[in-house]
Amino acid sequence: MKRRTLLASAVAISAMSLALPAAAQDEPLKVGFIYVGPVGDGGWTYQHDQGRQAVEAEFGDRVETTFIESVPEGADAERAITQLALAGNKLIFTTSFGFMDATINVAQKFPDVKFEHATGYKRAENVSTYDARFYEGRAVMGTIAGRMTESNKIGYIGSFPIPEVIQGINSSYIHAKKVNPDVEMKVVWAYSWFDPAKEADAASALLAEGVDVILQHTDSTAPLAKAQEAGAIGFGQASDMSAFKPNPRVSSIIDNWAPYYIERVGAVLDGSWESKATWAGIGDGEVEIGEITDAVPAEVKAEAEALKDKIASGEYHPFTGPLNKADGSAWLAEGQTATDEELAGMNFFVEGITAEIPK
Amino acid sequence: MIDPLSVFLLLLAAATPILFAALGELIVERAGVLNLGVEGMMITGALAGFAAAHATGNAFIGFAVAALAGAAISMLFALLTQFLLANQVASGLALTLFGLGLAALFGKPLEGIKAPPMPAGPLKVNWIVWLGLLMVPLVWWFLNRSRAGLILRGVGENHDAAHALGYDVRRVRIAAIAFGGAMAGIGGAFISIATVLQWTEGMTAGAGWIALAIVVFSNWTAPGVLAGAWLFGGVTVLQLRLQAAGVSVPVQLLSMAPYLATIIVLVAISAMQKFSRRAGGGAPGSLGRNFHALR
Repeated sequence: MKRRTLLASAVAISAMSLALPAAAQDEPLKVGFIYVGPVGDGGWTYQHDQGRQAVEAEFGDRVETTFIESVPEGADAERAITQLALAGNKLIFTTSFGFMDATINVAQKFPDVKFEHATGYKRAENVSTYDARFYEGRAVMGTIAGRMTESNKIGYIGSFPIPEVIQGINSSYIHAKKVNPDVEMKVVWAYSWFDPAKEADAASALLAEGVDVILQHTDSTAPLAKAQEAGAIGFGQASDMSAFKPNPRVSSIIDNWAPYYIERVGAVLDGSWESKATWAGIGDGEVEIGEITDAVPAEVKAEAEALKDKIASGEYHPFTGPLNKADGSAWLAEGQTATDEELAGMNFFVEGITAEIPK
Repeated sequence: MIDPLSVFLLLLAAATPILFAALGELIVERAGVLNLGVEGMMITGALAGFAAAHATGNAFIGFAVAALAGAAISMLFALLTQFLLANQVASGLALTLFGLGLAALFGKPLEGIKAPPMPAGPLKVNWIVWLGLLMVPLVWWFLNRSRAGLILRGVGENHDAAHALGYDVRRVRIAAIAFGGAMAGIGGAFISIATVLQWTEGMTAGAGWIALAIVVFSNWTAPGVLAGAWLFGGVTVLQLRLQAAGVSVPVQLLSMAPYLATIIVLVAISAMQKFSRRAGGGAPGSLGRNFHALR
């Protein structure tokens, strides 16, 4: 479910035939990657592949990486992962939520191979999970949005109503509201991670409602193109989306998987790898804030950067009370912060957001 | 609360890709050919149009190239069905798969590039949107008032009779298929050049299949195609617009509405055959059947 998929079993099989050299004794560590989209998607998969390239740059001859792109999140995924395991890869990263069950199934058959699954919650002896605290970056985007809006209406294009996306909407709203008490948030669900035409229509619908800042949790640049036409602003999602700099794209939230990938490959190389769950954020460098352009006034930029630094140092948590839920019930008391369990299962909007979460 | 004019203008733009593709397919089907390759021709147009617009810096040249590219790839279908007498359904499906794969392959170097700007037309609505609206009366006039249209319909209704009268069935059908390809190409290019302003793999996202549904919904008439494009495009826009306005609507119910409407229209058509014929509609008699002069 995590990322939209296209064809690819044929691609997968042809890629595999390249990855079957005979084994030798002093061989480099073989590391495999399964991608849900094409490497050239400019968003989610592109960033994972940047991480893979960073691993190669860091370890040179000591590693050998392979990837299979555009693997659908179904039975094909299990086959592709199995192929990578059979090809002698000792560490395999499966980079989409929908690969979760396939990863666990293959891991049971290959106890000597280590697996890393992105954004899932099922672990095993040889399966770790990793995810990023995107909501930390959303807090910074929300601050800029709250300061920059003139109509006091901010639009948010959601992909699917799942906790990861709801965290982002809440975090953006809370921080926009902090700097601008008059701010209103309008939410449109696209029911897709990547459908450029629909994302464009969703952006148009928000702009027609009078929003002048658009936040998005979908992967294409279509909303930025629409924002540009209407003189509104927006933010890069997953990747920098620098083609739209300096305006309408005034900043971006970037997934940087490189530090994590380097750490985990290093752990396999020195034998210290063990199964764990990682949820890293700005402080670990996994969530980055792309350059805030000059379209943003200097004092707003400084304010956003100060917030980023406070989140990075751990001095501030984006979900800090007092906060109520949208139905008016109390959630966090003054100074209380949300637990990771609460965040991981978040299924409500905070007080002030009038939109409803579809069931 | 929701300004009707702004919804209408959004609807005009959202309906344009499927309007072009469906008008093209209408001509193809009225000539007695069922081309299910609309999606493949659209994505080909989306890619070729975007590439040409990017290379020349002129969006209008992009649309012209998209029309040519759509027509060119449709000739593969014409070759298979008109000369080799291959099954039309299978050939159309093959064309869709082929187009999607080809576009994905050749589109790689164009990822991440922005489309050139396009001057806005009257009412700040894209010129191509107006062209699409203009095509509706043109296609209607062609089918119902022109001699060429009469021949085309004759070929579609009964190809043996048209052949006996001395008309070249194959030539008429090839011309219709090329027109359908060109229109689908323009529709696809509207998505890449005017809506998304970028090339991305698989960006037509099923628009071609909706265009095919609209031709049936329209009872094979041009005004019906316009109504269908507005119904299908309008529901999408309205659904997003209602969400943006904070009105909670069951999205699934709205999404299903056009398909329900299609079923209702089909039932109504078969119940009122005579009326439907008099209105110039109805499925062409030879639709989907291959023609061979020696038979």
